[in-house]
Amino acid sequence: MSDIADRVKKIVVEHLGVDADKVTESANFIDDLGADSLDTVELVMAFEEGFGVEIPDDAAETIVTVGDAIKFLEKNVSA
Amino acid sequence: MRRVVVTGLGVVSPLGCGVDVTWQRILAGLSGARPVEAFETADLPCRIACTIPLGDGADGTFNPDDWMEPKEQRKVDPFIVYAMAAARQALDDADWRPTSYEDQIASGVLIGSGIGGVGGIYDASITLHERGPRRVSPFFIPGRLINLASGYVSIANGLKGPNHSVVTACSTGAHAIGDAARLIALGDAEVMIAGGTESPVNRLALAGFSACRALSTSFNDTPERASRPYDRDRDGFVMGEGAGVVVLEERNHAIARGARIYAEVVGYGLSGDAYHITSPAEDGDGAFRCMQAALKRAGLSPADIDYINAHGTSTPVGDEIELRAVERLLGDNARGTLMSSTKSSIGHLLGAAGAVEAIFGVLAIRDQIAPATLNLDNPSVETDIDLVPHEPRKAVIGAVLSNSFGFGGTNASLILRHPDA
Repeated sequence: MSDIADRVKKIVVEHLGVDADKVTESANFIDDLGADSLDTVELVMAFEEGFGVEIPDDAAETIVTVGDAIKFLEKNVSA
Repeated sequence: MRRVVVTGLGVVSPLGCGVDVTWQRILAGLSGARPVEAFETADLPCRIACTIPLGDGADGTFNPDDWMEPKEQRKVDPFIVYAMAAARQALDDADWRPTSYEDQIASGVLIGSGIGGVGGIYDASITLHERGPRRVSPFFIPGRLINLASGYVSIANGLKGPNHSVVTACSTGAHAIGDAARLIALGDAEVMIAGGTESPVNRLALAGFSACRALSTSFNDTPERASRPYDRDRDGFVMGEGAGVVVLEERNHAIARGARIYAEVVGYGLSGDAYHITSPAEDGDGAFRCMQAALKRAGLSPADIDYINAHGTSTPVGDEIELRAVERLLGDNARGTLMSSTKSSIGHLLGAAGAVEAIFGVLAIRDQIAPATLNLDNPSVETDIDLVPHEPRKAVIGAVLSNSFGFGGTNASLILRHPDA
């Protein structure tokens, strides 16, 4: 479990108000974690904020699961 | 037109969360005014407000988590949370929980606010300025829009009838109840959840109302003495926050389901001053005409009005103008008529004021008691009207008039009547 994965899950728990054990890598923000389209926009903003990166809109659209977010950030956040 | 009754009440006020705790503290003569501690006030001329007592929900404190999920609260300004709490209380009180499609489409919401999410707009402006547009939340707009109080209440409670809102400054709450009653009277709904809500206690709104010279500034060290309608030492209103929501219901609908009927909404009058953006017209004609219109709608005469819940904000100009307009309305019946301003206890809740005060009118009818005007030590003018100084008064109360007047010269009066009258 990477440090990035831990931080992503923490952000998801905080923003969506869900139990940590539901925030698995395969969990879909909308289908599994009860987010709506505005929640996902805010979640992406929170990832940008938390990791100091910019996530372009076309990339943001591909981030639909917790694992998608972790993968994107592992690739784009400098260690 | 169909008759409309009040079957449920909900309040979040500076004296507490709940109708009973607020009312008991009003009757006990308590004040909700206190020093503002949530933000810097040293550079503001007014450093006091009537704020909601936050807590775990015990002893009348307001625990927002009891009324809205924390993750939802984060997205909205407090005026929406207050509305959710007051609406939930009112629906529970009325025992109205529409679950069938038929009941849901017959139940609407009309909750207004004077200025809505001004605190959130202030915060988001700073975010935009300091960190750019990409940091502005997708919840910034929906969490500040005034009609989203009605929206959230509708969504949370499955209310699919008319979904509406009112924005008429300090007349908002009265207009909301009056307009909602008309929707029922005209057959657009059987039940309406109606009222006003406000969360204006922030640096920006305090600075803005201070600039209008509307707020009390001489009582920063003795906040409970600051709101003193009709008293010679009054020097402005004390800003308050909170919400008042009622369940209005078509009378036969309420009777058929065995609901408790608190009062009937018999009169509603509206008028405009066409005079000035913040000052009431000096001749009080707008206030007079709106009270007169409400009486006419109610089919009552001035002698039928037993208690008046005044607008009475404690501003130097406004109080006497309203008093003279009421004297003109009552004529020979002025002597002994009870009129008080509960803003002396809870401050001026702006867009929520008219709704909370209509609820006090309902409770005055229920308990046959007129709440007091606190701090009325030395009336600034003589009047035949009994301004109920200091102590509440037991009285036979069959009909209540509640006044609200707002910036822009917008006036609203409601008349509530005992259900057995």
